[in-house]
Amino acid sequence: MMIDHPLLGLRDAQEFTYLGDASLIDRPDWQAEDAQDAFHDYLYLRDNPAGAHRELWFHETGDRSWLVVTRNTLTHEITKVELARDVARARGRSK
Amino acid sequence: MNQVNRLTGGQINRAKELNFRFDGRSFKGFEGDTLASALLANGERLMGRSFKYHRPRGVLTAGSEEPNALVELRQGNRQEPNTRATVAELFEGLEAKAQNAWPSLRFDAMAVNDRISNFLTAGFYYKTFMWPKPFWEKVYEPIIRKAAGLGSISFEDDPDLYDKGFLHCDLLIIGAGPTGLAAALTAGRCGARVILADEDFRMGGRLNAETLALGDASGSDWAAEAIAELASLDNVRLMTRTTVIGAFDHGIYGAVERVQDHLPQAQADKPRQILWRIYSRRAMLCAGAMERPIAFADNDRPGVMLASAVRSYVNRWAAAPAQEIVIFTNNDDGHRTAADLIAKGVKVPAVIDVRADAPAVAGAELLAGAEVIGTEGRLGLTSVTVRLANGQTRKIKCGSLAVSGGWNPNVHLTCHQRGRPHWNAELAAFVPGPELPSGMTVAGAANGQLSTAQALAGGASGAVAALGDLGTTAKAIDLPQTEDAPIALKPFWHVQGGKSRAWVDLQNDVTVKDVKLAHQENFVSVEHLKRYTTLGMATDQGKTSNMLGLAVMAELTGKSIPETGTTIFRPPYTPVPMGTMAGRATGKHFHPTRKTPSHHWAEEQGAVFTEVGDWLRAQWFPRQGETHWRQSVDREVLQTRKSVGVCDVTTLGKIDVQGKDAATFLNKVYANAFAKLPVGKVRYGLMLREDGIAYDDGTAARLAEDHFVVTTTTANAVLAYRNMEFARQCLWPDLDVQLISTTEAWAQYAVAGPNARKLLKKIVDADVDISNEGFPFMACGEITLCGGLRARLFRISFSGELAYEVAVPTRYGDALVRALMEAGEEFDVTPYGTEALGVMRIEKGHAAGNELNGTTTALNLGLGRMVSKKKDCIGNTLSERKGLSDAAGLRLVGFRPVKAQDPVTAGAHLMRASGEISADTDQGYITSACFSPNLGCSIGIGFLKDGANRMGEKLRAANPLEGSTVEVEVVSAHFIDPEGERLRA
Amino acid sequence: MAYSGLRIIKEALSGHRGWKPAWRDPEPKAHYDIVIVGGGGHGLATAYYLASRYQTARVAVLEKGWIGGGNVGRNTTIVRSNYLLDGNQAFYNLSLRMWEDLEQDLNYNAMVSQRGILNLVHTDAQRDAARRRGNAMILAGDDAELLDTDGVRALYPFLNFENARFPIKGGLLHRRGGTVRHDAVAWGYARGADRRGVDIIQNCEVTGFKVENGTCLGVETTRGFIGAGKVGVAVAGSSSRVMQMAGLRLPIESHVLQAFVSEGLKPVIPGVITYGAGHFYCSQSDKGGLVFGGDIDMYNTYAQRGNLPVVEDVLESGISLIPALGRVRLLRSWGGIMDMSMDGSPFIDRTPIDGLYFNGGWCYGGFKATPASGLCFAHLMATDTPHEVAQAYRLDRFRSGHMIDEKGQGAQPNLH
Repeated sequence: MMIDHPLLGLRDAQEFTYLGDASLIDRPDWQAEDAQDAFHDYLYLRDNPAGAHRELWFHETGDRSWLVVTRNTLTHEITKVELARDVARARGRSK
Repeated sequence: MNQVNRLTGGQINRAKELNFRFDGRSFKGFEGDTLASALLANGERLMGRSFKYHRPRGVLTAGSEEPNALVELRQGNRQEPNTRATVAELFEGLEAKAQNAWPSLRFDAMAVNDRISNFLTAGFYYKTFMWPKPFWEKVYEPIIRKAAGLGSISFEDDPDLYDKGFLHCDLLIIGAGPTGLAAALTAGRCGARVILADEDFRMGGRLNAETLALGDASGSDWAAEAIAELASLDNVRLMTRTTVIGAFDHGIYGAVERVQDHLPQAQADKPRQILWRIYSRRAMLCAGAMERPIAFADNDRPGVMLASAVRSYVNRWAAAPAQEIVIFTNNDDGHRTAADLIAKGVKVPAVIDVRADAPAVAGAELLAGAEVIGTEGRLGLTSVTVRLANGQTRKIKCGSLAVSGGWNPNVHLTCHQRGRPHWNAELAAFVPGPELPSGMTVAGAANGQLSTAQALAGGASGAVAALGDLGTTAKAIDLPQTEDAPIALKPFWHVQGGKSRAWVDLQNDVTVKDVKLAHQENFVSVEHLKRYTTLGMATDQGKTSNMLGLAVMAELTGKSIPETGTTIFRPPYTPVPMGTMAGRATGKHFHPTRKTPSHHWAEEQGAVFTEVGDWLRAQWFPRQGETHWRQSVDREVLQTRKSVGVCDVTTLGKIDVQGKDAATFLNKVYANAFAKLPVGKVRYGLMLREDGIAYDDGTAARLAEDHFVVTTTTANAVLAYRNMEFARQCLWPDLDVQLISTTEAWAQYAVAGPNARKLLKKIVDADVDISNEGFPFMACGEITLCGGLRARLFRISFSGELAYEVAVPTRYGDALVRALMEAGEEFDVTPYGTEALGVMRIEKGHAAGNELNGTTTALNLGLGRMVSKKKDCIGNTLSERKGLSDAAGLRLVGFRPVKAQDPVTAGAHLMRASGEISADTDQGYITSACFSPNLGCSIGIGFLKDGANRMGEKLRAANPLEGSTVEVEVVSAHFIDPEGERLRA
Repeated sequence: MAYSGLRIIKEALSGHRGWKPAWRDPEPKAHYDIVIVGGGGHGLATAYYLASRYQTARVAVLEKGWIGGGNVGRNTTIVRSNYLLDGNQAFYNLSLRMWEDLEQDLNYNAMVSQRGILNLVHTDAQRDAARRRGNAMILAGDDAELLDTDGVRALYPFLNFENARFPIKGGLLHRRGGTVRHDAVAWGYARGADRRGVDIIQNCEVTGFKVENGTCLGVETTRGFIGAGKVGVAVAGSSSRVMQMAGLRLPIESHVLQAFVSEGLKPVIPGVITYGAGHFYCSQSDKGGLVFGGDIDMYNTYAQRGNLPVVEDVLESGISLIPALGRVRLLRSWGGIMDMSMDGSPFIDRTPIDGLYFNGGWCYGGFKATPASGLCFAHLMATDTPHEVAQAYRLDRFRSGHMIDEKGQGAQPNLH
């Protein structure tokens, strides 16, 4: 597979390490009333879709960016690649 | 007997005669021959035995799809099983053996299977061999295994080199027949980066095997001219002997180039084969089509061949399979074979065409509406029996039967990404479906365009379209006038009503009867049919048999062929040596070898090394007179604890953490608090996974308000860094903090023992105060040593002694260890390796990899109080789950043998002092153990249920695996200096 | 019709006209007591045990395609019981014992072959871990032997002992482990279930669950609604997709595991070898092909195919361990979709919906579990209590922190 890195252009997926669903960015509030349940759902439950999947890849042997890649799990077609930090900020993780 | 069936002409070099041996006999052939063509030229039709019934078999095809003619090529450590004689290029001294035959190819004892074949029908083994029960593994299966299999291996290590390479192109063209050549010329002339790959050693495909003309030139001359032009273009890479084996994601193709297989002796410094990963922007599949056989009674005798293969042998290799060749066909293409044979002077006693309205053949008798219903000849065909249109039968003498059942487009690579082929009724064949691998188009015969003119046009226009996609305007080449015959074919799969078995899959001995039995037993889906009968599972993966099997099944179910199922293919296109897929990363080069900065010095000391991940670390340093490793290790431990020792700890992960929010950040990734760590201090830190399990520990040293140096374990250096980057970029993206791994930038040594300070004092520069007051336990700082060399000094201790770790830029690592050893001479300093390191950490009860095993919590490790409840950190919340917070759960404790001489063994399970020893009574397990030279006995640490409250209890450490049970006493894991006075001295 | 050698002789002498379909193709009925979704190994085994051990009268197995077309038809055929942790030991111990009696039970030769599984160790720490595991196995009633280098050499003299990057320091040998002819397992259970009245309905895809007031009443299918007293789902590879139709999110990700077979060879490898320094395991089928595999492709996928990097990784390991295989040819590769669970262990449990049961999350170890999985799922559905050896396989175990994590990798499915 090839991943079109937003800063570096097309790169072989072998340069990356895969983590999983990009929802892992949405780490719950540790002080919330239901924190333990929220962390359970966050860490363990997955939509695991057959189709478009937003997922985290780490450019381990490259520039060490975490990326959010939108990839189809049936065809492996990649339609979008973003810097995970931008996604995290957009999802309200700036504090 | 010397090349009795050699004809005139052909594309062989008669000036270069080659000697070769097959099955113990000597033959001669020519350069340009394959093993199969040379054997045929010598009048040899028998080349192998079938898998199950050991039926005598000859060559069926002239290509890589060959199911029958498999041989063991070469000898000794280069012995290569299952090589297709059809693609093995002849070289001087070639040696090949027949396989799956004993005692010889001509007289094979296992042919008895053929006599009892009626008992060995499809899937018979699922129905028997069940009684008596122990007989399966002891009697039946060994016999079956011995009989099964094809070729054999030498069991010697393969001596050849293999390589891997990466190529990039605008257009990858797979197959260099008329289609591929037209495409390559079109694309090449417009300057696109083109790779043209073909599995054959001579490009041109069917143009080399047919007698047709392209314009004024013969097909092979036209091809040669095209290849010459392509070779002159810098932007075109021609790859002969290169098989594209698979279509992978995003335009990536795997290809195997056979660099040296055609040479008598491989050059030692060159790879035998190369696995190429080709990154293409567009790809054109121009892989042509494969002819398919017709099934009829005893259609497997040596001499029964595909008609196109007969033409290949006669036209390209000037080798006649026999002096008299009968044709059996359902289409016009078969007639072309007759014409070519007659032109070469080979006798064609008859053309048998199943079509009643078949066109006449010049120079041969046409038997229209006739079918072959039987064949004769034990080791080679002697005659065929034909049922004529009027119902009469006739026996015709011949040495070969050329069979054509039509053509199957070579859709293999179009299926590699799960695309399904579509049925084309006109061709009675599957053609590529619409779901192709991204970037791939298909042209020519592979796309169902079977005439030469269509192939050329499809190749040229396909290239224009593919490049157009990329924004390049290409002009299609001018196409020569050539053959453009329409499809004229009557779908015909197998002859009904023959007396004997009719083979569908030749190699695996699957017959029409087997397909019928599968149907009778409800194994009707393609997958069931295949798996139950083994149809298509041989080394040719059903290239010549799958369609036939499908057609027979369709007939039985009364459904159409596309309703019955589709053939689907998976990589690789043809089998690939395992060594090729492995490349150079084998043996000693399986993984990179990382050497520490003191490696050369340690080698000079005669150190014994051990693998720690990819690192090589000194395990111990034997001295003269020491005959057992324990002597060396005990001495290193005792000497360190008594005076001073030096150990290379460079392999620990090091991460530089800088920025205004560095402390805030570390507070989030460590379970314990770091926000208030003063500058100049080090703190032990524990990292949890988000699920609350402890996964790594180390230290963080605060060199400045905004600068920390974090260490991790050797094993987790990469993972900890990755996780910290995740936290930084994805969880807290606006913290002002930057990370970089500096593991390889700093050489780091532990200097441990009561004389550590005295030793270091001789190394550090005069203005550096390392007194206990000036540089107390857990102090850190940036210093200079050896006269101005910048260094980092940490007063931390893994050994439990007064100890420091000193780091210098890696390039000074070798010099530093030498300086330390020299300075330590007066203290009788000892270098110590990982064994002594391990002994001392067990004596101190420090957790390491065996304890941080991915299932243990801070609580288990006795570090429960370290997990701060006052802050948010990774793993904090989920560590409080019920299953992880049982106060009476596993706890890290120490163990001493009750009888001092007894060994404590890591991996032993703990049982109460009396009662049953079983999984149900398991109390925990010992994780690490060693002999403690300080205590004079074996000791261990491990996890015990409610361990903190069981000090002094006697337990049994059960090791039934090695037949021992040892009585142990539960003690504190801190065997040495539990109060930590030495550290602070 | 009972299968036997005598029967074969009789049939051979009478033109093989007497062989009956191994299973029927019945039309679906309007209602069953129990409907099993998924005609793979586990689903068919569940149906077989429901019919044979729990006397459940009306059972149907619904299969989207053809039975045995999923992972039971696409694996590396290994069976073993070499587990470390409490929650797993008794289950796999039972499963291996059931394999040992399978053929006589089913009257079908699935070629259960206890050829021995050898897990190699290359470091002292691996040996410590192997010792802990081996002891756990013995204490749980399974078999294990710890071999030193010479012990390994005696079994497999052609491994790379001389030129290895990671020298072989020994191995943990599990003699009762081995291989089974995988397709035959599906067919044997199908035939056995069919003979006991189970309706096996192929080409019948479940498109939804009918749930009213928190109770599952049946399934919508491409062949119409089928009512059911209870519905059990055993659809490895599709678990998330199917359970989503019931509104459930699972602790599962889908990944592809590639596997490989070589051209047929005369006997090379008698048992199963697992490399300890890389991702590679290998055995040889009775037909002669080397069957081997390695790591998963790492990314979430439902495409039953993999990519080159993992193929190369597997072969690098393979040739590093057995250099004599360099000239043997890789014949075919394929990919199967694995339900990778969050701790590497499976689920056999009720769901929050009454009458709906779930069996899945087998990662790439589901094949060896087939008999016990079928029995335990049948037990759960028939009695509404978990089988005693499968009590740990709860869907809510992560909520309570009772993970069963053999590899210690945590909630990272692709590392299990």
